Amino acid sequence: MLTGLLTEALVVSAFLFVVGTFGVLVRRNAIIMFLCIELQLNAVNLSFVALSRALGIEGQLYVFFVMTVAAAEAAVGLAIIISIFRHYETVNVNNFNLLKW
Amino acid sequence: MDTIFEFLFSRDFLFYVFSGVTIGSALAMVTRKNPVASLLFMVATLASLAGIYVLFEAHFLAAIQIIVYAGAIMVLFLFVIMLLNLGHDYQKDLKGGAWAIFAFVVAGAMAGVLARQYGGIEALPIYRDAHGPQVIDALLAEQGAVGVMAHPLFTDYVLAFELTGILLLVAIVGALALAKRRV
Repeated sequence: MLTGLLTEALVVSAFLFVVGTFGVLVRRNAIIMFLCIELQLNAVNLSFVALSRALGIEGQLYVFFVMTVAAAEAAVGLAIIISIFRHYETVNVNNFNLLKW
Repeated sequence: MDTIFEFLFSRDFLFYVFSGVTIGSALAMVTRKNPVASLLFMVATLASLAGIYVLFEAHFLAAIQIIVYAGAIMVLFLFVIMLLNLGHDYQKDLKGGAWAIFAFVVAGAMAGVLARQYGGIEALPIYRDAHGPQVIDALLAEQGAVGVMAHPLFTDYVLAFELTGILLLVAIVGALALAKRRV
């Protein structure tokens, strides 16, 4: 046991990831699905931070990069949602079925 | 009296408080119908995650988590929700029936896989032979919370760091091009 609370932090991280997955599958509002993806990213960040305590500072650097990519992804994704909303007047993904078979 | 304060500010107790807030508001985030309520619960999740980061001595990341995530990214989401006027459409957007069961099964399977992977982590050779927290504590004492992140960013990871800058530039241009009205 190198650091206290590691297992507990990993349990919280796994739980957040599962909740995020469940949200993406169940919700139909595009913005909320997007928020759930952010929740999954944060779950992974938490496990990186918890493990970096014992394994070295690199884990925190990866979290830094994940946050940057998340910011870029949020900006582009929300721009896409805005332009979809201009066409369909809704953000409910049930209405975007052109790629559905 | 002192023992009570010691308990209230002990690492374990604070961790369980922050984890409880994180998990509770994450569940609320997924289940609220109102997008604005969902978003505010997400802000609570992110803020309490920052608290957990502090308990794991990641002070710089905790600050970034509050400033960038809970501050900038969540405000961007809130701005889009209000721009699209979604704050008061309370239509039910949960998928029901077979799809909900499927989602439960997938989430359960994922929980199983994660529990299996994380369960054995302390027995892995890489973890057993790790230096432990003393190394990071020494670095923190020597370089400070920002220096300990900045030093590798500008030496070993400088390529990734510069590419991050290009990525952000591309994201800015892309977001503008996508969201702009046709003129």
